[in-house]
Amino acid sequence: MAFISSGYNPAKPMEGRITDIGPRDYNDFLPPVIAKNKGKWAYHEILEPGVLVHVAESGDKVFTVRVGAARLMSVTHIREICEIADKHCGGHLRFTTRNNVEFMVDDESKLAGLKADLASRKFAGGSNKFPIGGTGAGISNIVHTQGWVHCHTPATDASGPVKAIMDTVFDDFQNMRMPAPVRIALACCLNMCGAVHCSDIGVVGIHRKPPMIDHEWTDQLCEIPLAVASCPTAAVRPTKVEIGDKKVNSIAIKNERCMYCGNCYTMCPALPISDGEGDGLLIMVGGKVSNRISQPMFSKVVVAYIPNEMPRWPSLTEKIKHIIEVYAANARKYERLGEWADRIGWEKFFELTGLEFTHHLIDDFRDPAYYTWRQSTQFKF
Amino acid sequence: MAKHATPKLDQLESGPWPSFVSDIKQEAESRAKNPKGLDYQIPVDCPEDLLGVLELSYNDGETHWKHGGIVGVFGYGGGVIGRYCDQPEKFPGVAHFHTVRLNQPSGKYYTSEYLRALCDIWDLRGSGLTNMHGSTGDIVLLGTTTPQLEEIFWEVTHNLNTDLGGSGSNLRTPADCLGETRCEYACYDTSALAFEMTNEYQDELHRPAFPYKFKFKFDGCPNGCVAAIARSDFSVIGTWKDSIKIDQAAVKAYVAGEFKPNAGAHSGRDWGKFDLVKEVVELCPSEAITWDGAKLTIDRKECVRCMHCINTMPRALRIGDERGASILCGAKAPILDGAQMSSLVVPFVEAQSPFDEIKEVVENIWDWWMEEGKNRERLGETMKRLSLQKLLEVTGQPADPRHVMEPRHNPYIFFKEEEVPGGWDRDITEYRKRHLR
Repeated sequence: MAFISSGYNPAKPMEGRITDIGPRDYNDFLPPVIAKNKGKWAYHEILEPGVLVHVAESGDKVFTVRVGAARLMSVTHIREICEIADKHCGGHLRFTTRNNVEFMVDDESKLAGLKADLASRKFAGGSNKFPIGGTGAGISNIVHTQGWVHCHTPATDASGPVKAIMDTVFDDFQNMRMPAPVRIALACCLNMCGAVHCSDIGVVGIHRKPPMIDHEWTDQLCEIPLAVASCPTAAVRPTKVEIGDKKVNSIAIKNERCMYCGNCYTMCPALPISDGEGDGLLIMVGGKVSNRISQPMFSKVVVAYIPNEMPRWPSLTEKIKHIIEVYAANARKYERLGEWADRIGWEKFFELTGLEFTHHLIDDFRDPAYYTWRQSTQFKF
Repeated sequence: MAKHATPKLDQLESGPWPSFVSDIKQEAESRAKNPKGLDYQIPVDCPEDLLGVLELSYNDGETHWKHGGIVGVFGYGGGVIGRYCDQPEKFPGVAHFHTVRLNQPSGKYYTSEYLRALCDIWDLRGSGLTNMHGSTGDIVLLGTTTPQLEEIFWEVTHNLNTDLGGSGSNLRTPADCLGETRCEYACYDTSALAFEMTNEYQDELHRPAFPYKFKFKFDGCPNGCVAAIARSDFSVIGTWKDSIKIDQAAVKAYVAGEFKPNAGAHSGRDWGKFDLVKEVVELCPSEAITWDGAKLTIDRKECVRCMHCINTMPRALRIGDERGASILCGAKAPILDGAQMSSLVVPFVEAQSPFDEIKEVVENIWDWWMEEGKNRERLGETMKRLSLQKLLEVTGQPADPRHVMEPRHNPYIFFKEEEVPGGWDRDITEYRKRHLR
């Protein structure tokens, strides 16, 4: 491995440096039919799962084929996407806000060849490279995070559980039989990178044990006041401890006030928290971001803990599948999962889904918790 | 022959959904074969060691990345997420495994030519693995070593005309829905706004100067396809002020079953014949729609522009012509004091290039929050601590019923001293003349 310079001169680091140029102009990348009709679209139709047509006021049409993607992908895979775009789409393509890929053609006659080509491509292990779907009232891609592939604070993996869930609900990626779209998101810790807090179904990695304290390193590696300020329940305080014959500044944690959010570890490397048997996931449901009919909603915790079960998380996938089936069987047309649960009442949601209601699900975080209790005699037996 | 046995990960190669394991393995194989004869600048077996460390995590149920990591390029304070494996001897290929964030184009449109050029750089100088895309929007180049960072930065700026994205306590990479490029609901040009704002605030994006992170997201309409209301401190969401445009003949075509409701989004199940009253009129949240059997009318003054009727009959109902956007502020995830969606601050703002009205709101907010925000306090939390009233004051917005879901129900009301006749400076001896002790 011999070093190959790009032209950068480490002896004169600021020489020739280009900064603050931002992203490329999107106009450089628009397919001609898009550039021509931008801002002049008249209507659209979903021709079949994964296939859309947009009709412009000029009469021009653009056909879009949406395909699933693992988000974590290799340059080999991206090059294959490019090859398909070259073959069928004049070298153009785009990615969606849920990390699917969209191929566009300007003539219906090009559609069949594109679809057949996409559907024929498989990985060596047998999975589809480019499954067509993700439109309308179905289940599209899962917005997810880094997990054990890259992050230091996760309580679970991301890519693994997402693959396991998508395999379980795959038919609904390629179908539109739901009352409304079901958005699934996953975050591997309570930082909730992504969309877990506002999705129909959210999966979040959680810890269940307070952090360990690496006293020897605490005041070497951490700015202790930041760790103190990082705790939502004020369980963290500064203290002095003796190690051997040495007295050091360190941290004390009130275990009974700690709810294992892990934020102090984010701020202080001497407070590791992960634990193979303690960690796992929780399930939230009922969030949405659109303003359609009802206002945007947060998702609510309905399962407080499911263990990590590598590599396919069977307890998790089974529960998610079950919640989706009960929703699909009971909700009205256009009704998002959260709207349905609100309409029937959450006691009915737990009855219909058979999920166990445990004390963990009752909010106890500060003042706003009160507003989630029931100040009413209205309830269903 | 793979370098590490991965019996658990191997089980994620089956099933219909695209397998990230199969893809990483194909990249490992490609690097081992090296068909282009590249002199790989980081270990050839980097993807294999990633699978190895991931398999170890699947056995332990714990991450194997060390805490944090501070790396970057000269001139910038962010853009690269440093990461080091905690078992570097077992997995030397990922001893360094830094992520480079690249700023993506608006709407994530690409040409194959551009992506190939990017892949060529990353093939040589990185792991060959990516995320397309990060949740905030960036192209994520996943895994390289520290000495390659400046080389990669040189190549992307000089050869791809592309800059890094944001990380740290700064403006993060803005993102938009595809807007006018391929949607008839777009109320303004989200792509142009994203591009304009990203360029305008390059300094704020590359050199952290804020109390904490700050995100822009731009949705073309209230459907929220980039989820601005939930995932950005400053959410711009398109809307209109005049009437929804109604094509009565097209309404009749829906009633007659010629056009499919919701563009066919529910065609996987038999929901019966389209029922205009049940599916549109009765679901309107403000009961603003009437249908007399021949004509559909919408009471513009009662409409809250939720998009339901338009979404359901896209060929008959169109957004109005007097277009602009609403600005909402403060969305964040739970840490520290609870999740927030953005709250309405500016009900309607012009959204035309060069978007000066929107920039003015942003800069007023930054002036305030950069001074008053505490260390690691998101805008939403500053709003909770110092009040929505304060945010309205600094942005020059007069209080309006649209700013609340409901008025307060506690009576703990602050008045400004100048609102109260006589002010607050009072003399107890004057009081005692009227009220003996």
